[in-house]
Amino acid sequence: MKIEIANGRLVDPAAGIDRVTSLYIAAAKVAAIGKPPEGWNASRIIDARGLVVAPGLIDVSARLREPGFEYKATLESEMQAAIAGGVTSLACPPDTDPPLDEPGLVEMLKHRARLLNQAHVYPIGALTVQLKGEELTEMGELAEAGCVAFSHADMPLVDTQVLLRAMQYASTFGYRVWLRPNDTHLGRGGVAHDGEVATRLGLPGIPSTAETVAIMTILALVRDTGVRVHLCRLSTADGVALVRAAKKEGLPVSCDVAIHHLHLCDVDIGWFDGNARLVPPLRTVRDRAALRAGVADGTIDLICSDHAPVDDDGKLVPFGEAEPGATGLELLLPLTLKWAAEEKVALPVALAKITCEPAKLLGVAAGDLRVGSSADICIFNPEQYWTVERNALKSQGKNTPFLGMELPGKVRCTLVGGHVVHEA
Amino acid sequence: MRNPQLTSNGELTHLLTLEGLPAPVITHILDTATPFVGIAEREVKKVPLLRGKAVFNLFFENSTRTRTTFEIAAKRLSADVINLNIGASSTTKGETLLDTVDNLVAMDADIFVVRHAQSGAPHLIAAHLNAHGRSHVHVVNAGDGRHSHPTQGLLDLYTIRHYKKEFHNLTVAIVGDVLHSRVARSLIHGLTTLGAPEVRVVGPKTLLPEKVESLGVRVFHDMREGVKGADVIVMLRLQNERMKGALLPSAGEYFKHYGLTPEKLALAKPDVIVMHPGPMNRGVEIDSAVADGDRAVILPQVTFGIAVRMAVMSIIAGN
Amino acid sequence: MPQASQIPDAESVLAALAERMRPAVAFDAAFVGIYSGGAWIADRLAKMIPGEHPVGYIDVSFYRDDFARSGLKSGAKRSELPFDVEGATIILVDDVLYTGRSVRAAVNELFDYGRPARIELAVLVDRGGRELPVEATYCGARLAVARSLSLVLAKDGEHLKFGVENAAEA
Repeated sequence: MKIEIANGRLVDPAAGIDRVTSLYIAAAKVAAIGKPPEGWNASRIIDARGLVVAPGLIDVSARLREPGFEYKATLESEMQAAIAGGVTSLACPPDTDPPLDEPGLVEMLKHRARLLNQAHVYPIGALTVQLKGEELTEMGELAEAGCVAFSHADMPLVDTQVLLRAMQYASTFGYRVWLRPNDTHLGRGGVAHDGEVATRLGLPGIPSTAETVAIMTILALVRDTGVRVHLCRLSTADGVALVRAAKKEGLPVSCDVAIHHLHLCDVDIGWFDGNARLVPPLRTVRDRAALRAGVADGTIDLICSDHAPVDDDGKLVPFGEAEPGATGLELLLPLTLKWAAEEKVALPVALAKITCEPAKLLGVAAGDLRVGSSADICIFNPEQYWTVERNALKSQGKNTPFLGMELPGKVRCTLVGGHVVHEA
Repeated sequence: MRNPQLTSNGELTHLLTLEGLPAPVITHILDTATPFVGIAEREVKKVPLLRGKAVFNLFFENSTRTRTTFEIAAKRLSADVINLNIGASSTTKGETLLDTVDNLVAMDADIFVVRHAQSGAPHLIAAHLNAHGRSHVHVVNAGDGRHSHPTQGLLDLYTIRHYKKEFHNLTVAIVGDVLHSRVARSLIHGLTTLGAPEVRVVGPKTLLPEKVESLGVRVFHDMREGVKGADVIVMLRLQNERMKGALLPSAGEYFKHYGLTPEKLALAKPDVIVMHPGPMNRGVEIDSAVADGDRAVILPQVTFGIAVRMAVMSIIAGN
Repeated sequence: MPQASQIPDAESVLAALAERMRPAVAFDAAFVGIYSGGAWIADRLAKMIPGEHPVGYIDVSFYRDDFARSGLKSGAKRSELPFDVEGATIILVDDVLYTGRSVRAAVNELFDYGRPARIELAVLVDRGGRELPVEATYCGARLAVARSLSLVLAKDGEHLKFGVENAAEA
């Protein structure tokens, strides 16, 4: 199918393009930019005047809840949410039920996703069997089945010797290990950042040291093993400083931040709003400022949604009992735009954090719109505001601390492999 | 964000916490409690204010003492009282907290007195009632996790006012496990709102919450320094679990550093009053000589507690 | 009936009331004044009428019939009855008798203290407008007052005087 996307503002951070021009799609790829190819005859022309034409967004952490948690959300609903949010590729963590520790499960997930013909799904494999933190998984088999990296999701990996072995094994084959830095013991029993707000609200606290102690341990083991590590969901100012120093030292470390932590802090718990119960917890204003600075100077490589749909039963309970997580696939773009506007970050720089940088981390050929690239495209109106309401979200998870807020950035059209999969 | 405890004309409709309550609202409750103290001395200890109203005691955490005082208070207002002990877990019956509340509202509950192990549970219930247009149903927090025990805070304020008349020149020392104490948090909010100039917390670092000074208190780790010149000393109960949780080595060592003995008491002002929310651990927080001495006002606290709860329920039921 | 444009002199009405009560009141009757006006008058009557008359004060805030509509009013005081209500002869004292609802509340409250032998009612002014079957045993003066107005007793030192205000919204 030949599609012409006419006169939009093409922003391709990877290729360094930011100008009003037209894009020509044929045979599922970008065929030409600016001038149509020989003998061009479009089956469809999309009028993109006043809109931004960007590479489809890539979200490195989106829980699809299958297999095992279908009461919270299904592949169908969450894949719909992804393309409604302009996300054309996503990676899902291995904390399904059962966890993604066997090739069969990974294959089935990829197969189910392929059938839906929507976003590309890149599973992250479990680092240990059943995510129990005891035995290594067959990383070779899992990689062959399609896993692009290995992680421990949010499960504790307490035995440092197992962690060391997992890193050594992964580095033997060049696999990247994704770890959420959290010392199980220091954070034990906590539900909110250990500070003023938790003290006032009487909530058990998770100190910043739970993150920094874990980062220091991981970095020491990286030095030892040379494994490539990606630190997931930084939340502390001290954590950002540690990663900055590690990168300066030349360690093979990357990291990301969840979009919520660039916007909110512990005060946003308000009167015990369960939608603000997140992992890692929302921390202080000072931490938020350091996270923003970290994204600005490149210490933090990319932004993700950390999409975690939770049903009402999981959230309409006292704060300490609430299931952590927020729905985020449809908010990744608007919240990134809001952050960029507030910090005066240019659009291409901001979009890089959710397109080509994630693609680099995943090691996939995506996140750009050069001629010959897969036609995964997100067309959006950066000036159009919409209100975050339950019935505006396609995700089955309506759990977001941004409920009721007006955000900028409405996705008008999403293409995957040259096909229009979503239009608004 | 509007304070969920107040109606749009600033009147109290739920009592969830003392923080954020304007001083006049707190003072009004204390003033209203005074005539209720007199009711206890009559032949017929009842007034007809809440006749026909149903008060449901929803206790998700066991407490015979608190539940009994609420029951007595409600009955003295001529209300019907239903006690529901749901035990430690709200999901033992498979029903969520809010489903339980909805069922009870359908049974014409007017006031819920709620005690829960999780901070924020009464707020959740009040928000749910407000969201579903049930503004005639009121919530009184009888203690939620470590967060708040507003009626205890109020009766402590009443007791202090009874003996000291005013707050403007008071030094109050709160001693013990502030980290886990909803009583301490409520009293701190009440005292700072009513203008007590010096509120102190005294305890080892393991038992004081992070950034506790942000609540408006001065921190002392040395009890002798902490009670020096105090007008009021409030002793908090130490629970056994604290030894198991690696927060303290032993009750004995705790008593040595933080127990209230006659010798430490002598460092406070000569007319100091000693309070304790109860139940007391003699020989752990407080020496028997002090607990039974003439500075302790622990028993009057109980009488005032019933009157204060009567005042709270009368005020919110009428708004 | 005289009109409210002539605000009565409280002190002379009080003297008239005491005059009527003196020959009729029991030697040991207790005077129980309803706060605040009734309390002031009870104090004065106890000094003006010979006999042994214990004085008590009663606050009817918790017995009013408008709680459901208007909530709890602020300023509730402690009722003080320093005598045994059981078997007592009580003269309930109030400044203005109007709808009769305050008196009904006060009688209910007295019965929660015990069973009196008899209750009589003494008021400074009866302004008519009864909504309940209540009548004063002793009355200082009868006066018609417009529904839109309130007759209010004030104390200036030891001197009592009447004033007129706009009636509060229902």
